[in-house]
Amino acid sequence: MKEKKSFLDRPSVQAVLAALICIVLGVLIGFIVLLLINPSEAFKGICSILKNYFNYPMGKICVKYFGSTLVKTSPLILCALSVCFCYKVGLFNIGAAGQYALGAGVALFCGLSLKLPWFLCVVLSAAAGALSGVLIGVLKAFRNVNEVISGIMLNWISLYCVNMLLAGVKEPTSPYTLKLQGHGNAAILPSLGLDKLFSNDKVTIAIPLSIIIAILVWFVLNKTEFGYELVATGYNKDAAKYAGMKEKKNIIVTLAIGGALAAIGASFFYLSGIAEWEVGQTSVPAMGFNGIAATFLGGLNPIGTIFSSYFIQHITDGAVFLDKTAFPSQIPDLITAIIIYLCGFMGFIRTLLHSKKKGDNR
Amino acid sequence: MVLLLQYMLLFASVLALVALGGCFSEHSGIINLGLEGIMVVGALGGALVLKYMPVDVPSFITVIVTLVGAIAFGMLYSALLGVAAIHFNADQTLIGTAMNMLATAVSAVIVKAINLSVDSSDVSSVVYYIDNRPDLTVQIGGFEFNWFMLVAVVAVIAAYVVLYKTRFGLRLMACGENPQAANSVGIDVFKMRWAGVLISGMLGGLGGIAYITAGSSWTFENGVAGYGFLALAVMIFGQWKPHRIALAALLFGFFRSLGSVYSGIPLLASMNIPSTVYNLLPYIISLIVLAFSSKNSMAPKAEGIPYDKSTR
Repeated sequence: MKEKKSFLDRPSVQAVLAALICIVLGVLIGFIVLLLINPSEAFKGICSILKNYFNYPMGKICVKYFGSTLVKTSPLILCALSVCFCYKVGLFNIGAAGQYALGAGVALFCGLSLKLPWFLCVVLSAAAGALSGVLIGVLKAFRNVNEVISGIMLNWISLYCVNMLLAGVKEPTSPYTLKLQGHGNAAILPSLGLDKLFSNDKVTIAIPLSIIIAILVWFVLNKTEFGYELVATGYNKDAAKYAGMKEKKNIIVTLAIGGALAAIGASFFYLSGIAEWEVGQTSVPAMGFNGIAATFLGGLNPIGTIFSSYFIQHITDGAVFLDKTAFPSQIPDLITAIIIYLCGFMGFIRTLLHSKKKGDNR
Repeated sequence: MVLLLQYMLLFASVLALVALGGCFSEHSGIINLGLEGIMVVGALGGALVLKYMPVDVPSFITVIVTLVGAIAFGMLYSALLGVAAIHFNADQTLIGTAMNMLATAVSAVIVKAINLSVDSSDVSSVVYYIDNRPDLTVQIGGFEFNWFMLVAVVAVIAAYVVLYKTRFGLRLMACGENPQAANSVGIDVFKMRWAGVLISGMLGGLGGIAYITAGSSWTFENGVAGYGFLALAVMIFGQWKPHRIALAALLFGFFRSLGSVYSGIPLLASMNIPSTVYNLLPYIISLIVLAFSSKNSMAPKAEGIPYDKSTR
């Protein structure tokens, strides 16, 4: 009994518990919505969302679609890392969505038009994302502009610019960009045999790389002087300043790294060849916003975001199996949004868990 | 030119209404980044009224019920922010973001569920209100007067009077500047913050329905293209003051309307600027404006900080 108490008291355990409570409540509310729309199909509906690729018979095809979900998880992990990294320094990087769009645009342009090899595409798109982050950072540090509002404005600006940039490399008959296969083979990410393991040629080194980057971000934030300085700036800007840290530089550097992370995520996604950019799309890609969800669900921990990103992508992909004639396809978006909303109560949930433990002591 | 004026006034009305919503919320001490979502949900409320209202009802009643529908939905939705930010000390930026995502998802789900129940092959998220839309407008020569323009003017004047000339308004602003001091003289900070949030829900909802009724149908999957945030830029540029917000909204409305009508203005059409540039204008202008107006910000001092009685 004593052991269990100290177990519950550990912050990491509390973070996981709080995340699980948010997930359960979110799924439950999603289920209630399904019940309201179509009671007889609701249970089947929520099951098919939660099962995702397990809707297929076990075996090769199941593994193949597991691979597809992983391919889409890696950009989400990077978007989440982008938001997480900035949040640790007290900045809310809602601009990740625009930086993601920018990264996609630059990566595809470099691959399709300039025929550059994949690593240059990734580096250049990271640079573009970083530049966007620097702009937000400079506005924040020197002009006191709220990073959320400038981020949103840049999201729309980036989206329209990317549409203009990619108009030159799109299919003549469809709104989508040309396929990398055949038009920019050098830009396709190598898979180092992972494609055979998953019998899915879209599975590339993006997946292990994104996990490595997550560990790297965790290391930088927790184990280096640089990370310590950034987090200190996040806790108290003025104290950091008086301790001799350059708080303005830290803000800009943080947002630049955040921007680069989100852009790398986009290049990982589009350079795997799993999807093409829709030129002329009028909404900012949801990936960046889902990154916010994954960040908070992951307990603001870079390692936690790996798991939360996977979960969010899992239910998003599960929507494919929802009966379109019975339910709207936005149900997983709804569940994700509810989970983020509930994440706002995480502090409260943790206090509850904490006081419960105190109550046991008494 | 008349068309330019018409679009400018309509978009300015939308931005002014929503910016005033943000203004009330922030003066009470709560940052409302969920205005975008409130606009979507308010628009849904109004659009459903317009869709189901019988065509033979007098237009005056249709307008009033539409306004009430948008206000009710907007206020109800803003309560999500109120509960989380006032009573549970939640991160207001996070909650606002969640509300924006939730609004698009919820309204798309609701509209799709309605469309599916009518026709199981209709998987769109479009609400049509072409039959009742003429009730919202009055033709004066070539100018299409929209009742929301009047609503916006009334809202600006009312906001000015309420904030600066009434006991309620001054108390509300006290809660955004120094809630501890306000509380010490007997003002209920929680109640005032709820008032601020609900008023922002009301005005945000009105702005939402004004925005979508520029056309005769709306696809709810699309949200409102960042207008909630443009409105926040208008609010900051307007230095949290109703009369300056009105002027800022007119300026932004002008740049937005250029994108809709530039092809009809010989001088602009002859310059051959791609339409994307016009689409970008409001966002670029707002970034520039923010860069120059945020430095000496008149933002309420205590905005964004949950009120904790024990810190008094």
